[in-house]
Amino acid sequence: MSQTVIVHDEPRVATTTGIDNRKLGMWLYLATEVMLFSALIGGFLTMRTRAPADANHVLNIPITAFNTFVLIVSSTAVVMALSAIEDGDRKRMLRWMVATFVLGATFLGIQINEYRILIGEKHLTTSSLFGSGFFTVTGFHGFHVFVGVCWLGVIIVQTLRNRFTTNERDHMRFEIFGLYWHFVDVVWIVLFTIIYLI
Amino acid sequence: MTTSTTSVAVERRGWMRHGATSWRDYFTFNTDHKVIGVQYVVMAFTFFLIGGLMAEVIRAQLIKPGNTLVSPNLYNELFSLHGTIMIFMWVIPVFTGLANYIIPVHVGANDMAFPKLNAFSFWLALLGGIIMMVSFVTGGNASGWSAYPPLSEQTGIGQTLWAVALILIGFSSIFAAINLLVTIMNMRARGMTLMRMPLFAWSMIATSIIILLGTPALAGALALLIMDRVAGTQFFKATGDPLMWQNLFWFYSHPAVYIMILPGFGIISETVPVFSRKPIFGYKMIAFSSMAIAIFGFLVWAHHMFSSGMNPLLRIPFMITSMIIAVPTGVKIFSWLATLWGGHLRFTTSMLFTLGFISMFVIGGISGIFLASIPIDIHVNDTYFVVAHLHYVLFGGSVMAIFAGLYFWYPKITGRMLNETWGKIHFWMTLIGFNITFLPMHALGLEGMPRRVVTYAPEFALGNLIASLGAFLLAAGTLPFVYNAVISLVRGKVAGDNPWQSLTLEWTLSSPPPIHNFPEPPTVDSDPYGYGKPLVRRVPPAPRQEAPVPGGE
Repeated sequence: MSQTVIVHDEPRVATTTGIDNRKLGMWLYLATEVMLFSALIGGFLTMRTRAPADANHVLNIPITAFNTFVLIVSSTAVVMALSAIEDGDRKRMLRWMVATFVLGATFLGIQINEYRILIGEKHLTTSSLFGSGFFTVTGFHGFHVFVGVCWLGVIIVQTLRNRFTTNERDHMRFEIFGLYWHFVDVVWIVLFTIIYLI
Repeated sequence: MTTSTTSVAVERRGWMRHGATSWRDYFTFNTDHKVIGVQYVVMAFTFFLIGGLMAEVIRAQLIKPGNTLVSPNLYNELFSLHGTIMIFMWVIPVFTGLANYIIPVHVGANDMAFPKLNAFSFWLALLGGIIMMVSFVTGGNASGWSAYPPLSEQTGIGQTLWAVALILIGFSSIFAAINLLVTIMNMRARGMTLMRMPLFAWSMIATSIIILLGTPALAGALALLIMDRVAGTQFFKATGDPLMWQNLFWFYSHPAVYIMILPGFGIISETVPVFSRKPIFGYKMIAFSSMAIAIFGFLVWAHHMFSSGMNPLLRIPFMITSMIIAVPTGVKIFSWLATLWGGHLRFTTSMLFTLGFISMFVIGGISGIFLASIPIDIHVNDTYFVVAHLHYVLFGGSVMAIFAGLYFWYPKITGRMLNETWGKIHFWMTLIGFNITFLPMHALGLEGMPRRVVTYAPEFALGNLIASLGAFLLAAGTLPFVYNAVISLVRGKVAGDNPWQSLTLEWTLSSPPPIHNFPEPPTVDSDPYGYGKPLVRRVPPAPRQEAPVPGGE
């Protein structure tokens, strides 16, 4: 066997643009996500214009407004965690990470409860054009929050096992997570406006 | 034995591999861009054979009117899957594969930006392809590759599987595009400015931007289709908006034709100067026209919907933008012709396919201008004229360019030359078979023969007989290539580093290149097509010892 075992971390090489590869990749991925959500929002709006004007009156705006607030606060928590990493303060970092995790999970819990109530009132994907659009788009966004919460969960577990620290590599990892999280947050603000308020 | 500096070596990282020493390594989760490139090309070519076989069955069914070789429903599934496979499992992944192999060496990088994501993309595409084949077995998509609802909401379970497969393939394509973009933008060798990049890299930038912004629209449309079929939503039902599918679908699928042709433009821009021994004419115009196509490509999708009941006023701007696309394309054609002009031409197989590409693509491009014009489009809509047009651009264009690229880079990838005699037999059988197959379809379409129908009126018999015989010749023409590609692996002439005397970076390396490509980071100090000038000056391998100056200073 002419196979050799070489395990090494690639040394950090300067990139042509000066931007870290992973960060550039994440920005490009978010461009894809923007187009994906645009397609789905287009689908929702097409349904919305064909549905009765008061179709969204079944939604509970105060509770969802609170939920929107929860998600915005979670974005702030991500920023605080990132700032703690920059200061090299592991304890503070962990605290803000857990805060983000709890806020994200809270958002999901409130959304699941909203679904439960709506389904109990017999508002389903099949029952109306508005239902078709509502469940598809908010469900797809909820899936993104779920992915983000899982991702953060992995980082928290790694931190507890000392495999995620405040060094430069992990700083970049968390910054990329932050980009994703803020994106999901911004999308929700758009969705909340379009679906609930208009 | 330490082999990390020789041309073949394998590194193990946990359960992953990097590099290949035997054929088995090509069946592993391998993070080496060269291995992944070969994996892509071989997978795509296998699907090309499967899709080609379907086309042959279609042509056998159509050899005479009223033929009963296949049932109408099977016929529908065959042409639907033929289209899907040729687009999503052949042309797009084979270009991804060639780009995977060539782009990192072209720009002077040691690998792609994200090797693990790269391997993941490949296996995701293969998974998608397998699900696609399973969907065929379970009674698949029978509504055309464009899967218009409401028909696509009434077909069997295979249609859902088909949609799931396309979503997987779509994301594979998106990840590959991100990888290529970051590699080209961020990992270029010292001295390789944007204007010193090979044009293949430019074309892959344009392609990747289209994939990045277009494919999610298809994924979204497919997700909505799946929701309609599985969760009972009403997006594309009569109560919703069936036309919305066409808008979302073509928002991706028209730009997708540029995904399938721009890498071909890039390959042709490599082969034309090498085999004409002249610097490429209009480097900047070729580079910028690729970007122009990427932008304009997003503004033309509704020309597929002229007869679908869209607002008649909106047709006119889409007709104009569709015709404008011909301008950057024409710029490229004239640049290649000007490069050929007065050159010292070498008619290798790769060059023959290049010339075949240019001539066939022009025919397809001209019938495309016909189709962009609203009155003609309404007249020939859904006839064989459309079939003729799309095969001239996709087979006469993309596939010819793929073969030009395969003949060009096969020596670099395998270290051995393809046999030129078999190559020329392949080329002439392909070119002649192709034209016998698709040229009569223009006339059939103008006379009104509808496409996607299992049989036809007796008055179309002669044209169809000719087309079917041509299709059999075309299929037979692929066999010399398969034979050649296999036999040359063992018996081919040893290629050496630079059999075509090309100036781009991949030819400065051994064939195949060593495991991490460049032993020392290369420095580029001239343009890639400046024949007669040196391109690469490698950095000296070790810091030179300063010789003591006699007498001091």
